[in-house]
Amino acid sequence: MALKRTPLYPMHVKYKGKIIDFGGWELPVQYEGMGIIKEHQMVREKAGLFDVSHMGEITIKGPKAEDFIQKLVTNNIKTISESQIMYSPMCYPDGGVVDDLLIYKYSTIDYLLVVNASNADKDFAWIKENVIDGIEIANVSDQFAQLAIQGPMAQEILQKIADVDLSTIKFFWFNPTVKIAGAECIVSRTGYTGEDGFEIYLKPDKAINVWEAILTAGGDNISPIGLGARDSLRFEAKLPLYGQEIDKDITPLEAKLGFFVKLDNDDFIGKSVLVKQKEDGLARVQVEFELVGKGIPRPHYEVQKDGVNIGVVTTGMQAPFLKKNIGLALIKKEYANPEEEIDIIIRNKPVKAVVSKGIFYKKNTKKK
Amino acid sequence: MNIPKELLYTNDHEWLKVDGDKAYIGITDYAQHSMGDIVFVELPEVDTEIAVGESLVVIESVKAVSSVFSPISGTILEANEELEESPESLNEDPYTNYIVAITISNKEELKELLSADEYEKICKEEE
Repeated sequence: MALKRTPLYPMHVKYKGKIIDFGGWELPVQYEGMGIIKEHQMVREKAGLFDVSHMGEITIKGPKAEDFIQKLVTNNIKTISESQIMYSPMCYPDGGVVDDLLIYKYSTIDYLLVVNASNADKDFAWIKENVIDGIEIANVSDQFAQLAIQGPMAQEILQKIADVDLSTIKFFWFNPTVKIAGAECIVSRTGYTGEDGFEIYLKPDKAINVWEAILTAGGDNISPIGLGARDSLRFEAKLPLYGQEIDKDITPLEAKLGFFVKLDNDDFIGKSVLVKQKEDGLARVQVEFELVGKGIPRPHYEVQKDGVNIGVVTTGMQAPFLKKNIGLALIKKEYANPEEEIDIIIRNKPVKAVVSKGIFYKKNTKKK
Repeated sequence: MNIPKELLYTNDHEWLKVDGDKAYIGITDYAQHSMGDIVFVELPEVDTEIAVGESLVVIESVKAVSSVFSPISGTILEANEELEESPESLNEDPYTNYIVAITISNKEELKELLSADEYEKICKEEE
């Protein structure tokens, strides 16, 4: 299958992105002259600009849209207002995760779902399979380009070219009629880095102009950021990634996303399994750990205790800002205790690690 | 792309500097550039005997793990321990910062290695 390109592909060439095949998309992993560590620091200290146009968008409309979404997701969609956004896992009947998504509420009859690129077609098929009368669903992924501007200087930079006072957009709220450099955009105060910032949705043919306008407005205080730093930033802030922390075989409770699972909601897909899992107690659960011995933990590495398998690393790396070799692992519940010593198997050798809590980056996102 | 004339090279983007009966081995500018930010180097034990094609050292960047395979047979004489403290020096100056020094146990093996000109052609083909 031919690789897909986002509307911003010419910008990745212009700014010398190192292009890779990312789930069927030609996207930059990093940019020449920067690299993952510098890009990561730039977002933590100043600002970065990401092309996330590969993300999927699905609209759900109709008189029963609210009830329908409530049936699909684990969070309580009825608690948010118009122009507010909710994060939620969406589960299979067995409690495994179909995807995690953002739900933008225009009204109780009109929602926009933003889903992971690699899951967009699967998600749409799943939603369609469960659809009820009086609901219109559409996969509108091709109708949107998406940019993210993230970092402590994001608001200051974007404000220079926005026609709306951005301080009026609170954390996890959006404004659907913001003009950025003259282009109509949906702007939300959301992101995937642990920093303050915005995600911007707009027509694909306007994306290049807005990209260039943001870089010009930011000058030396902003640079394009590739997928490598996108992953290291989200990991360091302990934000989950589908396919690693959550998956079709991992429930949101096991992934420590219980805050986004409201078991007192009306019936939703997967509820009975999750209720039972909560009552019976989890067999395995996600933990934070730091390596004590030499090495770097990586996804899929085995976790052992006294030579016996107790789980697996979901993500690990040398966190670029914290400069620590840390990871997230899904392990048997009985070992999920602070200070518990475990071994990470690196190239067939056990390397000492210790289960910890609170060792990840403290998010700087603006609170409501 | 920096490819010093006086060194020997492999298809796998390693360099060798022959110094009497021993050779210094490192990774090329092309290799460090394609790996990206190097954050960890796992060195072999000194005095280990190694054969051609065996894993000599593991180099990890932020996102990836790469094995460097030995281009010749011999015994490890030195491992550059400074790389444990500052692995990023492989990005900064890959030719000054060798990884290991190894005895040359079979000079015939050196004939399999590439000249700077031959190596440059390979880099261009891969780009």
